[in-house]
Amino acid sequence: MSTVFIALQANEDTRPIIDAIALDNPAAVINRQPAMVKIDAPDHLVIRRETIEDQLGRAYDLQELQINLITLSGNVDEDDDTLTLTWNS
Amino acid sequence: MDMKATKKKLGMKERYRALTRDLGWEPSYQDKDAIFPYASYEGIKVHDWDKWEDPFRLTMDAYWKYQAEKERKFYAIIDAHAQNNGHLNITDARYLSALKIFLQAISPGEYAAHKGFARAGREFPGVGTQVACQMQAIDELRHAQTQIHAMSNYNRYYDGFHAFADARDRIWYTSVARSFFDDAMSAGPFEFMIAIGFSFEYVLTNLLFVPFMSGAAYNGDMATVTFGFSAQSDEARHMTLGLECIKFMLEQDPDNLPIVQAWIDKWFWRGFRVLGLVSTMMDYMLPKRVMSWREAWDIYGVENGGALFKDLARYGIRPPKGWDDAEKAIDHMSHQFMLGLYQWSFGTSFHSWIPSDEDMDWLSAKYPDTFDKYYRPRWAHIRKLKAAGTPFKNYGLARLCQCCQLPSVFTEPDDPTLTCHRETVYKGEKYQFCSDGCMDIFNNEPEKYIQSWLPMPALFSELGGDVGAWMNWVSLRDGVDNGDYDGSTDQQHFNEWRGLATSNL
Ligand SMILES: [Fe+2]
Ligand SMILES: [Fe+2]
Ligand SMILES: [Zn+2]
Repeated sequence: MSTVFIALQANEDTRPIIDAIALDNPAAVINRQPAMVKIDAPDHLVIRRETIEDQLGRAYDLQELQINLITLSGNVDEDDDTLTLTWNS
Repeated sequence: MDMKATKKKLGMKERYRALTRDLGWEPSYQDKDAIFPYASYEGIKVHDWDKWEDPFRLTMDAYWKYQAEKERKFYAIIDAHAQNNGHLNITDARYLSALKIFLQAISPGEYAAHKGFARAGREFPGVGTQVACQMQAIDELRHAQTQIHAMSNYNRYYDGFHAFADARDRIWYTSVARSFFDDAMSAGPFEFMIAIGFSFEYVLTNLLFVPFMSGAAYNGDMATVTFGFSAQSDEARHMTLGLECIKFMLEQDPDNLPIVQAWIDKWFWRGFRVLGLVSTMMDYMLPKRVMSWREAWDIYGVENGGALFKDLARYGIRPPKGWDDAEKAIDHMSHQFMLGLYQWSFGTSFHSWIPSDEDMDWLSAKYPDTFDKYYRPRWAHIRKLKAAGTPFKNYGLARLCQCCQLPSVFTEPDDPTLTCHRETVYKGEKYQFCSDGCMDIFNNEPEKYIQSWLPMPALFSELGGDVGAWMNWVSLRDGVDNGDYDGSTDQQHFNEWRGLATSNL
C-alpha cells in the first residue's frame, strides 16, 4: 500500500470540492495545514464531477481544479467525469 | 441547470486527440531525422510516439483559460499586498533571508527551466510531448516573472533584493542552482526531462513549494504564498509530465532501462544537493515554522518518493543510488548549511544569525538525535565568541565541490564528526567533491564537469583575489546586504516601521 494525495489551496472555491472528495473516498484522510488542505488516500483516490456539482450547486468542469491545485501524487487519469490518482494498479 | 445546452460537442479525450492528431503530420519533403536531430543520440529507443499522452488532456483553449484565471487571482493578491503594508505584516524581517535566497537562486532557475522546455518542445518528435513541453515553457516563464514581480515590493523596503540578476550570474552560492540547470540544459532532451520533470519536480519540488509556502502563509507573507501556490498549481502538470516521460521510455524499449536508471541516480543526487538549501530555509529562516525539514522529508521524500519508486519497480527501476545517503543526511544538513552560511556571511547577499534559545529548543525537539549532540554546542561557542566581541568569521574561501558547487560542509554519511571530502585526478588535474554521489557523477562525465565555472577559483583568476572588487562585481554592498541580521539595517527598519504602523507616534 502506498499513499496517493492531492493538495488544494484552502479557499471558498475548494471547500465544496474537498467535501465531495471526502464523500467519494471514505478511506481518505483530510489534513488541514496553513493555507492548504492535503488529502491522502491508500493507493487510489477518485474525484467525480457529479459529486462536486451536487456540493457546488452548479455545473463544474473538472479542469477547473487546475486553478486551486497545489500538488498531487500518483498516476493521473482524467476524463470529463473523473480524475483518478493511483499507485500500484 | 442550463449548462447542458452549452456542453462542448467533443469530450475531453476527443478534443485532445483532435489537437494532437492535427499537429502531427508526416513530413514529405524533409527527412524526420533531420527535423529532430537530437531525438536519438542519447540512446533512447522509441517505437511509437503516439503512446505519449498528457493524462490531463489539456488543450490550448483550456490552458489559456485557466492560466489567465491563475494570473487574475495572483495579481489581485499582489495588489492587496502592496496596498496594505504587506512588507510590515511578516512575522520578522529575518524571514526575508529565505526570500532573498529564493529570488537570487531559484527564480532564475524558473527562467532556465523555461528555456529548457522551449527547446525540449522543439526537439521531441511526439506531438503530445511537444504540446506539454511548450505549455510548461510558458508556465516556467510565468513563474520567473510572477516571483520577481511579487518580491519587487520587498525591494522597495529591504536590502539584498536589488541586484538579484548580478547575484544570479556571479555570487558564489547561486552557482549551485545555476550549474544544476546548465547541466540539464546542456544534456539531450530525454535527460533534460529526467533532470527537471522527474527528479527535480516530481521527487523534490514538493519540499520547496508545499511546506515552505505553507510556512510563508504562517509568517504573514501573502505575496510569497501566492506566487508559490500559483506556480505549484502548474507543477502538478509538470510532475505528471515527468512521470509520463519515465513510464514512456521504460515502456517503449527494455534497452532504455539502464540509461534511465543512471539518469535517475545522477539527477536525484544533483537535485537533493540543490534543494538542501531549503532545509535551512525551513528549519532556521522561518520565524514561525509549520514543520521541520525532517518532517517534510518524511512526507514528501520517504513516503511519496518511496511510493513512486515502488510503483516504478514493475519496470525494473530501483530507488536512486544516493537514496540511503540522503536519508542519513536529513537530520544534519540544515544545521551544517546554517553554520556554513553564518561563518561566510560576509559574502552573502542576505543575513544569517545565531539561533535564539527558543529556536534551539525547537531544533532539539525536532532533531532529538543530532541537535544537542552535534550542533547546539557549536552555536553556544559561536554565541560566546560574539559576546566577547570576537564574532566567528571565516574569511578563508570555501572548498567547492566540482559537481554540485556547494562548499564541502557536509559530513560522512556514517560519521557526523568527520567532514566528507573526496578527490580525484583527471588528466593530471585534481578535483574535489562533497560526497560519493557528486564524485560518481563527475567520473561518469569528466569532460563535462572539468569545464565548470567555479566561483572561488574565478575570484582569483578573474579578480586577483580582491574581495572588495568581487563585492562590487556581484553588487553586494558590504555592511548593508551581508553579515549578521542582529544589528542590520533590515532589522532596524523593520522594528521602526512596525512601531510606526501599530502606533500613532
Ligand atoms: Fe516552475
Ligand atoms: Fe515546473
Ligand atoms: Zn557535491
